Amino acid sequence: MSKQTAAPPSRAGAEEQSSTSVIDSPKDVDRNELARERDELKQRQKDRFTGLNDEQLVGLYRQMLLIRRFEEKSAEAYVAGKIGGFCHLYIGQEAVAVGAISAIRKDDYVFASYREHGHALAKGMSARAIMAELFGKATGCSKGKGGSMHMFDKELGFLGGHAIVGGQIPLATGAAFASMYQRTDQVTLCFFGEAAVNQGAFHESLNMAQLWKLPCIYICENNQYGMGTSLARAMSLRDISKKGCAYDIASEFVDGMDVLAVREAVARAVERGRKQSLPTLLEVRTYRFMGHSMSDPGNYRTRAEIEKYQERDPIKLFSASLLEQKIVDDKALAEMDKQVHEEVEDAFRFAEESPLPDPEELYTDVYANPIDPSRN
Amino acid sequence: MSTITIREALNQAIREELTRDEKVFIMGEEVAAYDGAYKVTKGLLHDFGPKRVIDTPITELGFAGVGVGAAMVGLRPIVEFMTFNFSILATDQIINSAAKMLYMSGGQFKIPIVFRGPGGSAFQVSSQHSQALESWYAYFPGIKVVMPSTPADAKGLLKSAIRDDDPVIFIEQERMYGNKGEVPDDPDFTIPLGVADIKRPGTDVTIVARSLMVPVALKAAEQLEQQGVSCEVIDPRTIRPLDIDTIVESVKKTNRVVLAEESHPICGVNAEISTQIMERAFDYLDAPIKRVSGADVPMPYAKNLENLAVPDVAKIVAAVREVAYLD
Repeated sequence: MSKQTAAPPSRAGAEEQSSTSVIDSPKDVDRNELARERDELKQRQKDRFTGLNDEQLVGLYRQMLLIRRFEEKSAEAYVAGKIGGFCHLYIGQEAVAVGAISAIRKDDYVFASYREHGHALAKGMSARAIMAELFGKATGCSKGKGGSMHMFDKELGFLGGHAIVGGQIPLATGAAFASMYQRTDQVTLCFFGEAAVNQGAFHESLNMAQLWKLPCIYICENNQYGMGTSLARAMSLRDISKKGCAYDIASEFVDGMDVLAVREAVARAVERGRKQSLPTLLEVRTYRFMGHSMSDPGNYRTRAEIEKYQERDPIKLFSASLLEQKIVDDKALAEMDKQVHEEVEDAFRFAEESPLPDPEELYTDVYANPIDPSRN
Repeated sequence: MSTITIREALNQAIREELTRDEKVFIMGEEVAAYDGAYKVTKGLLHDFGPKRVIDTPITELGFAGVGVGAAMVGLRPIVEFMTFNFSILATDQIINSAAKMLYMSGGQFKIPIVFRGPGGSAFQVSSQHSQALESWYAYFPGIKVVMPSTPADAKGLLKSAIRDDDPVIFIEQERMYGNKGEVPDDPDFTIPLGVADIKRPGTDVTIVARSLMVPVALKAAEQLEQQGVSCEVIDPRTIRPLDIDTIVESVKKTNRVVLAEESHPICGVNAEISTQIMERAFDYLDAPIKRVSGADVPMPYAKNLENLAVPDVAKIVAAVREVAYLD
């Protein structure tokens, strides 16, 4: 696969690039234009159906829906005071985790940031284990010690859940290093937001990954805001996929509202990783429909901008495509919605009913080889 | 037994562990082709090849994180910092990733990694290249901190650190690489982490010293012996976890304590040791605990000023005489 810096299918948000005012979000919305764009997106998506069977397509949809409903339930539980601390929701970005993780094997590794409930679900972790972790319960995937930002599952190759912006990028590079060292053909997916691109960790990692030929796939989920600061106010070169040039890394721009576009781009990167042990940088343009965290009212962007992206909602887009291609009908979608709803309700009940961690857990897991000071 | 330098002892330890376990590798700046900035890794590239002995770019945060990530999936990295001064750039990965991963993953991800390299005061390299950082790292649960003072300790402790399943900060004193001593030849010779060593038994005053301060304290003890004061010199060797029992036992015998360190006094390791002695052996103390620390200033360049900034034999002798009420 030759290197590519493909022209973006839709450079949503690019029009704001020259602005540096504090709020640079558009004020008006042209509904006809939005509808036209949406039809184009749908057409492009339907063209990508080839090569996937109905079960796979429906599976992707179901997973996105599960993440959406799970996050909605998380918001509800947060407001009810059942979840503490920070809680960063993934609503709007579901196509990225689902599309990307559908392109890898079970034994491949996934690293993510603190906005990782969706990635954890996509890697196969149960809604129960994740919800219980949010509730700080003993049955949580990290025994209640990690919380929203630190989900882990060793068996499933989900390696966190990291809460320092960009901190997971060197770690993922290290897991890819281990695959190269041990000559396995595993690849590592490393998800991070576009704000992490300004951290040194990003640049240091990409340099080493290409230098040492490490099969790491860097997936920049460009949701266009680092907390409340828009990309335009935070990055001099906003065309993130171009940054691959600095490290001679193959890179691509991907439409993150289309689960199949993400899947295809990641599949190309996975091939490069497995066969040539080479890294890839993907800039996946997406949008978070909610605030940065549950405590963020989102005053730094306009209603018009949010509406524009909601029109491209990855779940609505995909269900429309599935319906038009007659992969599913309304009844099947309703049935799936019911199942997913029940799965999330079950997770909620499970979390509610689970016990708190035993007080003795406070002092466990600090050291793998604890040294007993009284043994001398 | 062979008489070798600390540098050679460390080299042997790394070499033996690279031989023993394929999962062990060493990475850092100039560790391979250059044979190590301080020659600790001399010959390793030749003997083990570039897969196991890896030169990194100057990118401390990055390669420290690469090491932690590799450890998450089963490798056992040794990450060399050319000096611990540069580890400051990597503290996010050491503290936020390595130290906390096991805990915040509910016990799923152990991080068997050694961060090693020279630290403490060096010779006339001024403020940014000459400082003791052990109290920073010892502050964090999840990390172990080791500081050897002899070739045998260096070898035995480094081998234990490499075999340990937790992140270990292993600080070698930059001035001491050429110090010689006897080291057992047995390739399975190790020294357990978390065990202090009584470097010199005595009855009148306990001196707790680590790293560079151990030979200084031993010289002070020799002088004091001639003045009729018997000093017990204890080297904790591991700062975290701290073998406080050995220190407290000694204090119960001598009833007087001097704590020597080359680091700054404020929030230093000896402030912690002092508190623990107070908590556990207050009634045994016949004099206030006395600290001898590095000057509370950035390290100066000028030789005379540098000498004033690092504790020496005279300062320790004076402190011992003070707690023994001899002056």
